[in-house]
Amino acid sequence: MTLDATGSPPAESGNQRWSAGVIPYAEMGYWQPDYEPKPSDILAAFRITPQPGVPPEEAGAAVAGESSTATWTVVWTDRLTAYEHYQAKCYRVDRVPGSEDQYIAYIAYDIDLFEEGSVANLTSSIIGNVFGFKALRALRLEDMRIPPHYTKTFQGPAHGIVMEREYLGKFGRPLLGATVKPKLGLSARNYGRVIFEALRGGLDFTKDDENINSQPFMRWRDRFIASMEAVQLAQADTGEVKGHYLNVTAATMEDMYERAEFARDIGSVIVMIDLTIGYTAIQSMAKWARRNGVVLHLHRAGHGTYTRQKNHGVSFRVISKWMRLAGVDHIHAGTVVGKLEGDPNMVSGFYDTLRLDKVAADPIRGLYFDQDWASMPGVMPVASGGIHAGQMHQLLDYLGDDVVLQFGGGTIGHPMGISAGATANRVALEAMVKARNEGREIRVEGPDILRTAAKRSRELEVALATWGDISFNYESTDTPDVVPTPTNQ
Amino acid sequence: MRLTQGAFSFLPDLTDEEITAQVQYALDKGWAVSVEYTDDPHPRNNYWEMWGLPLFDLADAAGIVAEVVACRRAHPEHYVRLNAFDSTLGRQTTALSFLVGRPTVEPGFRLERQETTDRCIRYTLHSYATDRPAGSRYAAP
Repeated sequence: MTLDATGSPPAESGNQRWSAGVIPYAEMGYWQPDYEPKPSDILAAFRITPQPGVPPEEAGAAVAGESSTATWTVVWTDRLTAYEHYQAKCYRVDRVPGSEDQYIAYIAYDIDLFEEGSVANLTSSIIGNVFGFKALRALRLEDMRIPPHYTKTFQGPAHGIVMEREYLGKFGRPLLGATVKPKLGLSARNYGRVIFEALRGGLDFTKDDENINSQPFMRWRDRFIASMEAVQLAQADTGEVKGHYLNVTAATMEDMYERAEFARDIGSVIVMIDLTIGYTAIQSMAKWARRNGVVLHLHRAGHGTYTRQKNHGVSFRVISKWMRLAGVDHIHAGTVVGKLEGDPNMVSGFYDTLRLDKVAADPIRGLYFDQDWASMPGVMPVASGGIHAGQMHQLLDYLGDDVVLQFGGGTIGHPMGISAGATANRVALEAMVKARNEGREIRVEGPDILRTAAKRSRELEVALATWGDISFNYESTDTPDVVPTPTNQ
Repeated sequence: MRLTQGAFSFLPDLTDEEITAQVQYALDKGWAVSVEYTDDPHPRNNYWEMWGLPLFDLADAAGIVAEVVACRRAHPEHYVRLNAFDSTLGRQTTALSFLVGRPTVEPGFRLERQETTDRCIRYTLHSYATDRPAGSRYAAP
């Protein structure tokens, strides 16, 4: 028997569908170019790179098959089911513009394939087995359309952007944060000092780093107590609500619940978890956070291992959707201008996905589908990593108001001290928001606005002198395939 | 101390011209503006006294700032803030809030600590101003 490049024998005709052996997925019903997706279908857009010789439609069908009902060979037990209902259908394959071997395959999944309210179940289907599939050289999940029928089975953000702002009493400007540095090694007492100085200087939040859990140099309980003393003192100094993201990430749910309950009992407004704890643990913590009135911050630790490369993995916009369903209140989503990966168009797509109720498809920003969140509250994006006060106009212009801007080094590294660093950031932010509201073109006039504000703020003046010229201009790896076509002129 | 609630507390107090520009921004967004005042600025005090109802139908920024001025004149030793409210579906919340008046002396807050078991502390933020009865908390200048 001759096998084609998929390892399947050439099928002679459709009526051999139930013959024992291996037939192409396309001929098993997984390629249906005439299929009209139902409003309740879950849709996925995969970037596929087939092995040489494998037709793209067959590769798309294979992905549909392996992420739903199929296995590698015909099984007679399919005939005991309404299999056509459960088969995912690849209904469209487009060549990626400017690429020789990459295609976008659109696949529709019936909602009955998934357990209600379970990110683990959704992901076990969609990315469960198929990424190691030999007929493909590479595979990337670019985007998903989650229909309201399915969205409504999830809790969603424990509080959401609106409730968080009302809880904090802070409106009309981005929030400011900083991650305590150095990440590792500070004792609890010294750690609290950094928090106190940063918060009294003008930040709204400080943050544990993703890898600060409960190590020999500082156990979690000691850190929590020292941090709360700092938060409370800063509140008394300023008359503002302040918070420190207490990272409750731990080895087991029991440990995480214990730490979160302690954080709640000593009065913390917010706790934090890492993406590394897994989707189910995140959903559990989201339920806990809503039940206990504590805001939930998620650090996307580890995501770069599968989100960054353009031809293989899962796009961060998909992770954003899963995390909005899972129910976090904050998620790190890129800075555009900082030290970490982030094409401006792509990051803008992530931010809309997290914040808006209705998001229109827009290939320039990597959005393959219209997404209707059906009134599920938005997640507050967090911009963190290599940003400083001198970029305030760009940050506000790119990221808007509903965002936490986190300046770690840009606060703690200030030559006049941590509190001065915090003040510099807050002055720069308020001056920029005020100028924008007055109708000024901050994208153009930003540096001028900062220089003028610095005349009345020594802290900002020194910050601009220290970091004003620092930028991270590297090419992004995760970029849109489509370039905007200029309109006439 | 200087109370740093609101969007612009780290800048010099806004002039009436600057307040007008912010009000115009809010009106252009379709937000309703309101004026509130208090002598208890505890950060958990959400419900300051309303200086009348939100100015839903006033389209003139100067008219709104006149209300700010009138409120400040009536309550020169209170905190006064301006709120802009966004009634759009999905928001339905305050969109902008900043201080437009402060007492001459800002007494601030005391942090009270109740030491409990296992090294835990229960904290209470006490507003010094509330040591005196409402209405006589800040002396007239």
